[in-house]
Amino acid sequence: MEKLNSPSDLEKLREDIILRKDPKRLAVAVCVSTGCEALGVQKVLETFNEEIKKQGLEGKVDIKETGCLGFCEKGPRIVIYPEEIYYFQVKAKDVPEIVSKTLINNEIIERLLYLDPNTGKKSRFLSEVPFYKNQNRLLLESNSKLDPKKIEDYLAIGGYGALEKTLFSMTPEKILEEIKVSKLRGRGGGGFPTYIKWKSSRDAIGDPKYVIVNCDEGDPGAFMNRAVMEGNPHSILEGLMIGAYAIGSNEGFIYVRQEYPLAVENMENAIHQAEELGLLGENILRSGFNFKVTIHRGAGAFISGESSALMTALEGKVGEPKPKYVHTSEKGVWDKPSTLNNVETWANIPLIIGKGAKWFASIGTEGSKGTKIFALAGKVNNTGLVEVPFGISLRDIIYKIGGGILDGKKFKGVQTGGPSGGVIPEQHIDSPVDFDELKKLGSMMGSGGLIVMDEDTCMVELARYFVNFLSDESCGKCTPCREGLKQALIILKGITSGKGKGEDITQLNKIAEVTSVASLCALGLTSANPLLTTLRYFKNEYEAHINEKRCPALFCKALISYYIDPKKCQACTICYRNCPVEAINGEPMKIHVINQSKCIKCGNCFDMCPSRFKAVKKISGDPVPPQISEDKRLIKRVRKENRQ
Amino acid sequence: MTEDKIEKIINMYQNKQGILIQLLLDIQRELNWVPYKAIKNISEKLKIPISQIYRIASFYTGISLNPRGRHLVRVCAGTACYVRGGTRILDSMENKLKIKSGETTNDKAFSLETVNCLGCCALGPVIEIDGQYFGKLNTEKIEKLLKNYN
Repeated sequence: MEKLNSPSDLEKLREDIILRKDPKRLAVAVCVSTGCEALGVQKVLETFNEEIKKQGLEGKVDIKETGCLGFCEKGPRIVIYPEEIYYFQVKAKDVPEIVSKTLINNEIIERLLYLDPNTGKKSRFLSEVPFYKNQNRLLLESNSKLDPKKIEDYLAIGGYGALEKTLFSMTPEKILEEIKVSKLRGRGGGGFPTYIKWKSSRDAIGDPKYVIVNCDEGDPGAFMNRAVMEGNPHSILEGLMIGAYAIGSNEGFIYVRQEYPLAVENMENAIHQAEELGLLGENILRSGFNFKVTIHRGAGAFISGESSALMTALEGKVGEPKPKYVHTSEKGVWDKPSTLNNVETWANIPLIIGKGAKWFASIGTEGSKGTKIFALAGKVNNTGLVEVPFGISLRDIIYKIGGGILDGKKFKGVQTGGPSGGVIPEQHIDSPVDFDELKKLGSMMGSGGLIVMDEDTCMVELARYFVNFLSDESCGKCTPCREGLKQALIILKGITSGKGKGEDITQLNKIAEVTSVASLCALGLTSANPLLTTLRYFKNEYEAHINEKRCPALFCKALISYYIDPKKCQACTICYRNCPVEAINGEPMKIHVINQSKCIKCGNCFDMCPSRFKAVKKISGDPVPPQISEDKRLIKRVRKENRQ
Repeated sequence: MTEDKIEKIINMYQNKQGILIQLLLDIQRELNWVPYKAIKNISEKLKIPISQIYRIASFYTGISLNPRGRHLVRVCAGTACYVRGGTRILDSMENKLKIKSGETTNDKAFSLETVNCLGCCALGPVIEIDGQYFGKLNTEKIEKLLKNYN
């Protein structure tokens, strides 16, 4: 493609692209994000290509490979244009039928439509699917409209229009003013006002200045950044360039964790395409603005997501944080003024510039504007990426969008904010979700992970999991975090393995108090949150572990036993055959028993016992009933033919 | 052969600033791990002390200083996978392969590692084998899955 030399060149190209698109043309959009890949979408894609050839549609149908469409639980999801037919959970074996019926005869295959489990109705339109109906997908909606590998698709939906507007009709001051009015806050965790960050970098003395995209997304349980970078990389680039122009920077970095190879690939490709068109590089659209950008792959360290640590990693060093009295907006990468924002923050910028700050500020709550993408996961029916306006209640997210708790179990709590956040219990489930409200409950927004837990999740073990994670990832530079977490972990391991002592809870509270005031960076300062919230809301579980040596959720291995109920066992030998340590004694027609001293409590027998028998039980706090005598183990089964 | 590859990668990073992590990742992508001779070579070519290179290589979990097996199995230890039974998946992998996380089987067929989060949280528990992702797993599926690799 030829280099664009002016705003009118860009508009001309955009018009051409739109004109060339035939709105009536058949197209199949298939989600090829990492999530759907895990569900085998590659096979679906291959079959589409084969079947289209086989059934004589070659050249008549476009196959569009899109980014994440959000509803991962029901993936792979496909959309057929121009009729906009949405099919869910498509398998390779469905494809021949889709081609022959839907593509050729415009016939809808009922079985592939979304089935609402509550009403039993099939949804012909996306607006009828509860998962989507209750969202406001400002950022994610674009994913379904474009192939992230094609800049033309992004241009067709107005892409780079906001950049053009800023370069030719806005001063940097005007942009800063817009961001201020929009009240945009950083989406990476802390919720720091974006305007203040940008302004202090702009005002800081130092040259060059840098802008940085943080796609380290180390929070386990969060993948919204991955979805945006894989599905719409140009929106991030455009936002980054607008930010660079506003603060007076000509160079940027995109930090992506190496666990996201597809995000790296799509971003590399996007940079290359933007350079070819002259939307990136020297004298962009002849505006006089230059910008270059480099991708930096993270090498797997949670702490590198912290802004000052990330900047040290960019310098090729060990990613350790710096004390907070040094502001990275003034002294960041190589001690130069640096503005770092999360992927989602950058992706919001073109929207704010394009549609206006006032429009943006009309969405959300007083203190938190716009929408937020959450990764809804855990024990909930509809898992996936959810984009909602700030202010929506946790209940609405979990029940209206998420469709309630998996397998009809009881809701226990929802974990927000990753390892730096906390668990919010049922009594606070009607709280509105925004930066300040979550903080009041002892948790935080974090990058937007929402992990739903049911009655089977042990809260003490969950605290152990997070403290273990944080202790592993603590860089060790400051003592409270390094040593405090280590001690807390020893205590928690003791409690979950049945060695809890009376003073443990007081001790844990003391450690939490120290780490949360004396640590160097956010990792340490917030590390007490998982501990404090579980202690605050689920103290009874700690007490049961310590005093009664009982795990109420029947999860902690050291505190539970597996037992086969002789009244229910039908001697089917399934558990016997699947026990990895041969701890089960049994044969056909003989009730099975578990040898408790051999059992490693892997839970295979519990999972595999047929649901019509449900003979394997978990016991905690009570002794295992004594083994029944040998003669009682024989089952006398009446043969069917004899029964009549 | 290996030396040539390492040499080529190092040459790409001559006279550049802040490149050490990217350089190590590139070598790892090529060889699956970072051997001592690569570190020595970097040190000589780019005039960076060996201690400094080791400090980086040992800090980041994404860089392996031990040789890995032909197949790399990474079990996601993220919160969403954990809540849906990720630890059980790890246990059963360890049982099947008869190694602990962080180890390689004697026949050098498999290396087993955990990873903080693979970003497929909606489909937990998830594992990755040689860059390919598998979601909604249980112990039964694992057995079938492993049969495809040797």
